[in-house]
Amino acid sequence: MCLAVPGKIVSIEGDDPVLRCGRVDFSGVVKQINLAYVPEAKVGDYVLVHVGFAINTIDEEEAHQVFAYLRQMEELAGVEDDGPQ
Amino acid sequence: MKFIDEYRDPAAARRFAQAIRRTITRPWTIMEVCGGQTHAIVRFGVDELLPEEVTLVHGPGCPVCVTPVELIEKALEIAALPGVVFCSFGDMLRVPGIERDLLSVKAQGGDVRIVYSPLDALRIARETPERQVVFFAVGFETTAPANAMAVVQASRQGAANFSLLVAHVLVPPAMEAILSAPANQVRGFLAAGHVCAVMGYTEYEPIARKYKVPIVVTGFEPLDILQGVYMTVRQLEEGRAEVENQYTRAVTRAGNREAQKRIGEVFEVVPRKWRGVGEIPASGLGLRPEYAAFDAERRFGVAQRVVEESTVCISGSILRGNRKPHQCPAFGTACTPEHPLGATMVSTEGACAAYYRYRRVRPQDAPPPGLETKR
Repeated sequence: MCLAVPGKIVSIEGDDPVLRCGRVDFSGVVKQINLAYVPEAKVGDYVLVHVGFAINTIDEEEAHQVFAYLRQMEELAGVEDDGPQ
Repeated sequence: MKFIDEYRDPAAARRFAQAIRRTITRPWTIMEVCGGQTHAIVRFGVDELLPEEVTLVHGPGCPVCVTPVELIEKALEIAALPGVVFCSFGDMLRVPGIERDLLSVKAQGGDVRIVYSPLDALRIARETPERQVVFFAVGFETTAPANAMAVVQASRQGAANFSLLVAHVLVPPAMEAILSAPANQVRGFLAAGHVCAVMGYTEYEPIARKYKVPIVVTGFEPLDILQGVYMTVRQLEEGRAEVENQYTRAVTRAGNREAQKRIGEVFEVVPRKWRGVGEIPASGLGLRPEYAAFDAERRFGVAQRVVEESTVCISGSILRGNRKPHQCPAFGTACTPEHPLGATMVSTEGACAAYYRYRRVRPQDAPPPGLETKR
């Protein structure tokens, strides 16, 4: 129910705060999505989409955090890196 | 798919599981709040990677599952009226009321339609001005901005034939209800990432302090969940009880302020009944008086209807984390996704449906894996 899917903004139309929308590409499936809640989002940004609305932009730098955390945790524990991921 | 596939890497998942094993010294019970997380855990076997000291229990975060019979009955009554187009997310159609569900109303001639977004329902209202179009607004905080926007747009367009049957619920009061129950076993929470994408996580900070329980805002992919479990276990082992954020790519402490503003403009906090749990104070959203014209309960005169629940279903204790689906005598026998006794067997995010679809352990008379009806 709270499923939200990441997609890439390919175009934006309108600057009305309520009706601002755009086309969002979900790996080849392009849908019209309401962008009123992500006024900062630009073409090329990734947004999290839930029931036709972008609820947030995805922070691309933070997206690597899971892997950086894993490496750091293993370094602290003295675990050998078992090869490239 | 970018931002999904990389978080399903099996080798990294095993490394997280090893890290949890290195850290843990004694048993801990952790609840994942959101049904989407439950679904991912059971689907990808995340719980089977974890050391036996970690018990994951499945929380109340499935709106379909917690919508009370009373509201289902109101939905059925409205949907059966002539001249009404009743729009809903697909999951709600098979949720049993007392004697029937929305699908059976549709089979008997009711105009019940599945929509992807509340804006689809508003579009139907624009295109069919001679009909009353009702949207069944279920959901947690994640869905509230979309439903609020549908009301704002309807108001601007003067869509007099559009209304919402509001069944919105809020996560933090449900967590407090679980924590203050005498039988509570939960020592840490994976908070629902997409709820927090909208709301941020400041409202969880007093809960972590008051109940001395770590709360880790967690995403929905296997690596997110494993990292969330690791962060929770580490806090428990170190005797900390803080709110931490695993899902930093989508969640900030403050959340989405535009969305929060819109929710506050359209909705107010109200008491709400939860299926199998009972009424929890200040645990739901209802339309503000300024938007009462869009309230389907008022429009169709069903606001005062009271329906008591009576069912053999144990979903109440499952939603509170006291029991697991296979501990129910009806699981997989009298209760299956095709013939559900309770909502937790209906929704794909319900714990019972997830166990039924993906678990190797089944009651003896249920069909073996792979032979059940494909959805």
